[in-house]
Amino acid sequence: MQAFTTVTGVAAPLRRSNVDTDQIIPAQFLKRVTKTGFEDALFHGWRQDPDFVLNRPEYQGARVLVAGPDFGTGSSREHAVWALRDFGFDVVISARFGDIFRGNSGKQGLLAAAVAEEDVERIWAAIEAAPGTHATVDLVAQTATVADLTVPFEVDAYTKWRLVEGLDDIGLTLRDEAAITEFETRRAAWRPETLPVK
Amino acid sequence: MGRTLAEKVWDDHVVVEGKDGAPDLLYIDLHLVHEVTSPQAFDGLRQAGRPVRRPDLTIATEDHNTPTLAIDKPIADLTSRTQIETLRRNTAEFGVRLHPLGDAEQGIVHVVGPQLGLTMPGITVVCGDSHTSTHGAFGAMAFGIGTSEVEHVLATQTLPLKPFKTMAITVEGTLRPGVTAKDVILAVIAKIGTGGGQGYVLEYRGSAIRSLSMEGRMTICNMSIEAGARAGMVAPDQVTYDYLQGRPHAPTGPDWDEAVAYWDTLATDDDAVFDAEVFLDADELEPFVTWGTNPGQGVSLSDVVPAPESFDDPNEQAAATRALEYMDLEAGTPLKDVHVDAVFMGSCTNSRIEDLRAFASVVRGRTKAEGVRVMVVPGSARVRLEAEAEGLDRVFTDFGAEWRFAGCSMCLGMNPDQLSPGERCASTSNRNFEGRQGKGGRTHLVSPLVAAATAVRGTLSSPSDLEADAAPSTDDAVLAGGAR
Repeated sequence: MQAFTTVTGVAAPLRRSNVDTDQIIPAQFLKRVTKTGFEDALFHGWRQDPDFVLNRPEYQGARVLVAGPDFGTGSSREHAVWALRDFGFDVVISARFGDIFRGNSGKQGLLAAAVAEEDVERIWAAIEAAPGTHATVDLVAQTATVADLTVPFEVDAYTKWRLVEGLDDIGLTLRDEAAITEFETRRAAWRPETLPVK
Repeated sequence: MGRTLAEKVWDDHVVVEGKDGAPDLLYIDLHLVHEVTSPQAFDGLRQAGRPVRRPDLTIATEDHNTPTLAIDKPIADLTSRTQIETLRRNTAEFGVRLHPLGDAEQGIVHVVGPQLGLTMPGITVVCGDSHTSTHGAFGAMAFGIGTSEVEHVLATQTLPLKPFKTMAITVEGTLRPGVTAKDVILAVIAKIGTGGGQGYVLEYRGSAIRSLSMEGRMTICNMSIEAGARAGMVAPDQVTYDYLQGRPHAPTGPDWDEAVAYWDTLATDDDAVFDAEVFLDADELEPFVTWGTNPGQGVSLSDVVPAPESFDDPNEQAAATRALEYMDLEAGTPLKDVHVDAVFMGSCTNSRIEDLRAFASVVRGRTKAEGVRVMVVPGSARVRLEAEAEGLDRVFTDFGAEWRFAGCSMCLGMNPDQLSPGERCASTSNRNFEGRQGKGGRTHLVSPLVAAATAVRGTLSSPSDLEADAAPSTDDAVLAGGAR
């Protein structure tokens, strides 16, 4: 995974709350067996509307999405993160995120930056005062800046470390393989096993 | 200080304790796999040259893409077929047990695990599916994960995770007749909101929960994710043990005794402290129904569609306005006046044998409302066989319903079972999101009993409305008197 420190790019305001992962990417696109090429699927239903924010010319090439609270709720589909990444987003800013979505983001180099709800309103206002304006998101300092507005954001320290270092989770875990093997020797006989088939 | 059920199960699975803000490394006892969220994970293993560490703790089934008619024919949708075939290739290559379409143990992954006796108290269960929370009904720590985590578990049988916060959802009292587990959980979500459970594992407690069957507890835990929670749990008790004992993979002999002795220690200690607590009065609850496009937008069936202005929060107001527009509903309309085009009885929330029995108890000997399409979809091939052995299939078909093969079916638009744009459905599933059951489809989440009564009347209804229909009304009595 590529190291993530600072992102600067067009910020797009998505004035909707409870953006569930079914809206981010509808189920019909989950039939694919690949991990890339989902940019066409992002917000597929809403993008049919020519006035939808991501269809507007001033927000083309956006890298920072600023959404209402409870972004990424619902289904566990990591495709939602892949679609946001494939479309070009590096950061989603929201007051609250669905837990699984936030976890998936961290695995795929998408920063889910949690900002106070009133700060989201202020960011929206700053963007809409100058559509197409750039935002700078500094992961090390944990700040998001739009025009002359700078607000802090929350991100879990471990996720931040992994993003900044660009570390791979499985590789990290396998450093503890001896501990896993030792744990397995203590596993009680009553615990479930799928094989042999009974 | 004492510990909660969730903390006990967590503690017993920590392989490496996280220090200085790092997550714990948690051991996973059971990994359930399906065709949608696994192909990219198996690909990742292949690219890194890694094996599946514990195929003997892994099991796969086909559910999301599978058709529920003509299952002996090749799957018509080519991308669906490719995804299914990819799972078959991957499980064969990596030595993972698979129950494919047509197999007697095939079905929705969250119905299959408990049915085989693989889901049990005190274990950790994961699956690349948010409704994995279902398995918490047994006192397991069970939660949905993304595809990167699926790959992680396949490779290491562990996950790096920070402990979840704990929330007690206490439901005391006695549920009225016609009020079910589904109504309880819809009421919980309406109360705490779709984000209320974020970061938490919910423990459902209290006399109303204790009185529920395992099927009811699974329905409740299943929808924990709809409140934003990672997991939902119910402490194991005799109901749990009675359900589990004798199932194919349940422990036997001395292993069973050892397991029960351990499971009996799991209940939350009296002096344990939850990070948050919520109380619900079971006696107050009525059959529940959603009116909007997130599962928190629900009210009692006897209520009216709320006005957006009735919400204090501006985001909720805006969401309600959008929802009413999408749902084509007007504020103030009694929910019972709302006509439906379809009724869907199925999904990992409500497709177990008890759910089918509940639906059958209402529709038995009746005929469905004209113009309403009614689909009954068992959660697994095993449930289908069980229902047919009880003659429920005849009850459904005599009523005018379609009796299908097992799968996720109309819960999500990934297989041929979908709503058409503008169609309105009373559904026993778990999500009423825009387009969830098919593009432009409108979903009202309900219990199996409400689904059944709605199928009879064609408008959102509870079984008590059917009783009222059957009783001679005052007007009839006056008429009868006048004629004499």
